Amino acid sequence: MSHRIHLALVLLGVVVLWEGLFLYAGEEALRSPMVTLQATAKLMATELFWSQFRETARAFAFALTIAVAGGISLGVWLGFHRLSGDLFVPVLIGFASIPKVVLYPLVLLAFGLGLPAKVAFGAMFGIPPIALSTIGAVANIRPVLIKLGRVLGLGTIAMARVVLVPAVLPEIMTGLRLGFSVTLIGTILGEMFAARQGLGYLLMTAIGLHDVALIMSLTFVLTTLAVCASAVLLTVDRRLRRRF
Amino acid sequence: MRASWLTLIRGLILLGFIGLLEVLCAYGVIDTLTMQPPHRIVTDLVRLLASGAFNRAIVRTLSNAMIATAMAIIVGVTAATLIHRVRGLREALDLLFSTWYAVPILAFYPLLIVIFGLTSLPSIMIGFMQGFVAVIVTTLDGLDRVPRVLRKLARTQHMTALETAWLITLPAAAPWLLSGVKLAIAFSIIGVVASEFLMAREGMGFEISYAYNNFDNARMYPLIVLVIVFSVSVNAVLLRWEARLARRRGLKP
Repeated sequence: MSHRIHLALVLLGVVVLWEGLFLYAGEEALRSPMVTLQATAKLMATELFWSQFRETARAFAFALTIAVAGGISLGVWLGFHRLSGDLFVPVLIGFASIPKVVLYPLVLLAFGLGLPAKVAFGAMFGIPPIALSTIGAVANIRPVLIKLGRVLGLGTIAMARVVLVPAVLPEIMTGLRLGFSVTLIGTILGEMFAARQGLGYLLMTAIGLHDVALIMSLTFVLTTLAVCASAVLLTVDRRLRRRF
Repeated sequence: MRASWLTLIRGLILLGFIGLLEVLCAYGVIDTLTMQPPHRIVTDLVRLLASGAFNRAIVRTLSNAMIATAMAIIVGVTAATLIHRVRGLREALDLLFSTWYAVPILAFYPLLIVIFGLTSLPSIMIGFMQGFVAVIVTTLDGLDRVPRVLRKLARTQHMTALETAWLITLPAAAPWLLSGVKLAIAFSIIGVVASEFLMAREGMGFEISYAYNNFDNARMYPLIVLVIVFSVSVNAVLLRWEARLARRRGLKP
């Protein structure tokens, strides 16, 4: 119950802040929350929006699949294989600290304009946080659990199913939550430069046309989408932590 | 295995990779229009750095990142100190903090440009927004771990709230504060360079996108290498610093 009150308070705070910013910046620069909602509703009624949305969703789905599969397998490899971990974890941390947009020209040269570049860009953003959280999860498995599995004579598959996966799952979920949003922003950024389609491209044209209402609606849609996905993943995350 | 050996092997792998690129370029598998051979990139970088052509951009990016970091630390620590005192507020805001990094912050850049104009301010704001929540969360973490006896001591000495914060709580929470500072620095560099790349008038990110749009490989690749080397080494220094502080406090072996 109190959880709902907190949610309401936070939402109220966001709206108040937004309204205040609007009053400060004026009609020229911003739209009020109400007007943005109306513009968003109008935008979502157009076929243009949905065709761009589908385009982005497709690229994002590919990128997320690659980021999750790649991130987790990289994490499992570096987490379990001691020497590889010692060697390459610092490289991964280093890669995570690079502003990846600057690698954009390289991605474009490698993949050309279009879907593959967007996907590669999204995956590039998503892999490091997912891999790093998986490595952390593997490192935090309590050795006594693995010993117990050995004592009980579990085979590789049974060991993975009964001991390892339940032990690492909650922490990996945290990484997935972060990975989801950075993959989304990576895909959108890819579209802003490398595409003639998608919400990122729509955002870029809106900037060019100084269409404030469209910029705000798109930012609103993207943020809402990311926050809702994160809230769902957070709930799953908490449930998993309670279960194991 | 010893740390120095690992560094050596990592160095060799990196050299091998660069060597491979060099060979691929030499045999025309990667044509020079796509990418110049690594030795050319390095000599171009040295030449450009020596000529001072990038000085303005470097100074601009560094000062923006520094302003963003300072703002994130000041706002973050102040906010955390206040939030820590009000119990209900913290529980309500926890929700915001745990979803903050799910918000695509860079997506707000166009809006910030519309609000503040095409100055340095929008990219400073992006750097700040990336960093300040991390500072709040780590500071709260640190404040939670201040031993109760120290707080009692402050009370017996009749310290004011400001004195307590300055003399007791902030020093006791220092290791956590510093990991917040580390995150603020790393995030603000990423935020500033990325937003400059999107749209700006100067800065390293802008120079890369400008060179890219003009097919100016002789400038673009050295700049990319510069940004990578810079952000990786800043991060490495910060990590080492954090580990040393943690060891001194007996938090890590």
